[in-house]
Amino acid sequence: MRHLLSIEQLSKAEIEAILDRAESFAEVGRRDIKKVPTLRGRTVVTLFYESSTRTSSSFELAAKRLSADLVSVKAAGSSVDKGESLKDTVATLSAYEPAAIVIRHPHAGAAQLVARWADAAVVNAGDGKHEHPSQALLDVYTLRRRLGSLEGRRIWIVGDVLHSRVARSNLIAFRAMGAEVTVCGPPALIPRRLEELGCAVEHSLDRLGEADVVYALRLQRERMRESFVPSLREYAARFQIDSRRLGPRQLLMHPGPVNRGVELSGEAIDSPQSLIAEQVASGLVVRMAILYELLASPEEAPAAAAGDGAARPTPVGQPA
Amino acid sequence: MSAQPLTMRAGESADLVLRRATALDPVAGIDAVHDVVVRDGAIAELAAPGEAVAEGLEEVDAAGLHAFPAFFDPHVHLRVPGQEHKEDIETGTRAAAAGGYCGVIAMANTEPPVSTPAAVEALREEARVAASVGVGFLATVSRAMAGEELTEMAALREAGALGFSDDGLPVRSARLLRRALQYQRLCGGTIALHEEDPDLSGEGAMHEGAVSAALGLEGIPSISESTAIARDTALAAYEGGRIHVQHLSAVESVEVVRAAKAAGVQITCEASPHHLCLTDEAVRSLDPNRFKMNPPLRAEPDRQALLEGLRDGTIDCVATDHAPHPAEEKEVPFEQAAMGVTGLETAFAALHTHLVLPGAIELPLLVERLAGGGAPFGLERPSLAPGSEANIALCDLAATWTVGEDGYESRSVNSWCAGEELTGRVLMTLAGGQVAYRLRSFSLGVAA
Repeated sequence: MRHLLSIEQLSKAEIEAILDRAESFAEVGRRDIKKVPTLRGRTVVTLFYESSTRTSSSFELAAKRLSADLVSVKAAGSSVDKGESLKDTVATLSAYEPAAIVIRHPHAGAAQLVARWADAAVVNAGDGKHEHPSQALLDVYTLRRRLGSLEGRRIWIVGDVLHSRVARSNLIAFRAMGAEVTVCGPPALIPRRLEELGCAVEHSLDRLGEADVVYALRLQRERMRESFVPSLREYAARFQIDSRRLGPRQLLMHPGPVNRGVELSGEAIDSPQSLIAEQVASGLVVRMAILYELLASPEEAPAAAAGDGAARPTPVGQPA
Repeated sequence: MSAQPLTMRAGESADLVLRRATALDPVAGIDAVHDVVVRDGAIAELAAPGEAVAEGLEEVDAAGLHAFPAFFDPHVHLRVPGQEHKEDIETGTRAAAAGGYCGVIAMANTEPPVSTPAAVEALREEARVAASVGVGFLATVSRAMAGEELTEMAALREAGALGFSDDGLPVRSARLLRRALQYQRLCGGTIALHEEDPDLSGEGAMHEGAVSAALGLEGIPSISESTAIARDTALAAYEGGRIHVQHLSAVESVEVVRAAKAAGVQITCEASPHHLCLTDEAVRSLDPNRFKMNPPLRAEPDRQALLEGLRDGTIDCVATDHAPHPAEEKEVPFEQAAMGVTGLETAFAALHTHLVLPGAIELPLLVERLAGGGAPFGLERPSLAPGSEANIALCDLAATWTVGEDGYESRSVNSWCAGEELTGRVLMTLAGGQVAYRLRSFSLGVAA
């Protein structure tokens, strides 16, 4: 794997290899010294054109735990504010010879362009409404830990699918892992012909009881200005996941940040079925595994890194 | 109207013979191997192969090559005035000549838009110096393309405007279009319409369908186009006006135009090579340089409907919508990139490769539709019939070439065929009785 640009590019075996790697980093995370020397002397750049808490902080911490040097660039307050193009920004940052560039951008295909322009391995940390592969991987990781396998599990993705890169990546990843996916939301927020991606489409929560996992999406408050929904109240009345709708054996997930009282009720968030906090914890180890897979697997690792020794986990995709 | 409809550079009239060319002009009923004799810029004779007297003529060995009536493109963006970094009259018409075109119609959505008689006169003045093929200039329907007030249509016509269009934008107000159609009775001039409902298009970047759903790109629904056409055909019918629908892209649109024609509305329409050859599947690459334009590449049923429209005459002609943009407006994420692709240099070769060779349409039909772009604006068709002005595209149907390999005549490189190997190449173009183009590696024989 040269870049991580989309979930679509990954086979089930590749997804599982990353998740297995993440398991080994979870083990490292239980030690007193949580840092491994794997990426010592190598540079990771995070380049965020959109605000982000979870994704940026977990990628940054992941790079640090792997002993990489980190350059963290936020578009606000950088030369991007002065009108520098993405191409020129990438050229500038490439002068530091980074091993990896992690990019979040408001437009689809941005990571793919960076991969074309830069020598570094590129990680798509969200491109427009297109894909968010590291989120999908951490969600599959979280579910796999809880359920063992996703094979035959029924997962409902509920809410604003139209504007959600998480919905798209997760739909692809859940299906790749053998789950049956249903997306549910008001018709204006479900893209036309989405079912061709291999999911069922519902416009009410009447049959939510079938689901093993309920994955709720954030509804941005400005959506009602464009008449996607008439009001937050009407949306919540029909699509909010609350303790009445969520059964005791159903798991609840959300990519965050939550609009408490809109797509999820407070008691649903705080319920024992909720995996939301676990998702955040998974984010760190999965993102460590992604960086490892891109930069330290045998075909990628330079000779100098090969001597790191004991702390180095078994290469992903190789027999242990 | 006193002005000549098309303007081009004055030059030496062609005197040459295309020896043993396969002459094909379906409208004139010509389909045979001839010596095509051009004297003083006009087709003097279609002689039996090898029989023409070549005295005083340049001699071209055209054995195995095809001579077609040159093509005419009713929809190009020459970007003058104001955007000469994208294209100008010289580079744009050179691109046209290289594609086998003898004439083009330039859109008026420049900076500023062509809304005054003085602007039309200045463009015609420049074309007299710089244009290697004939150029007809449209003026805008609304002043400065603001969509609010009519331009001085009669004065614009007197200054030489061939017709009217706010292309790039729809005429949003039905009231304004109605006024323009009423005024058209006074001054003539076909009104060419970019049909789109901006409310339905929103911020869309590609066709709304399965691919946009997969990519998470906002879609431009087909009904954005077809509902606008339906409104405007009703207006044209009511006022007895003459409209030309630009760059048809959707199955629903073809149906609306077909019904309007059957009902006797004075309507013509065009389709672009990229819409005839590609679908939204190409957008999966997220390459805006080749695949972002408006209207967007649509789905396979839409493409099939366009082909059927081309065959049954619902679609009158092929128009490239040649839309040059500089690299910096295309080397950005798809949603941020400028809309439009270039097409003049590749139209024939692309359509020949994608449609004629696989058997989707016949060669004579392609030639007829490529040469038919002037008719909607009242222009005479290029013809191979003796006595006609020499407007000829000489093509090698077997030649293969890679688009962009030797650069472009256009100033911009946003060709939707960039990097593609095409079969069929224009070797030489005669436009307005002059040699407008010859491929560098294609030499003429010595004068006899």
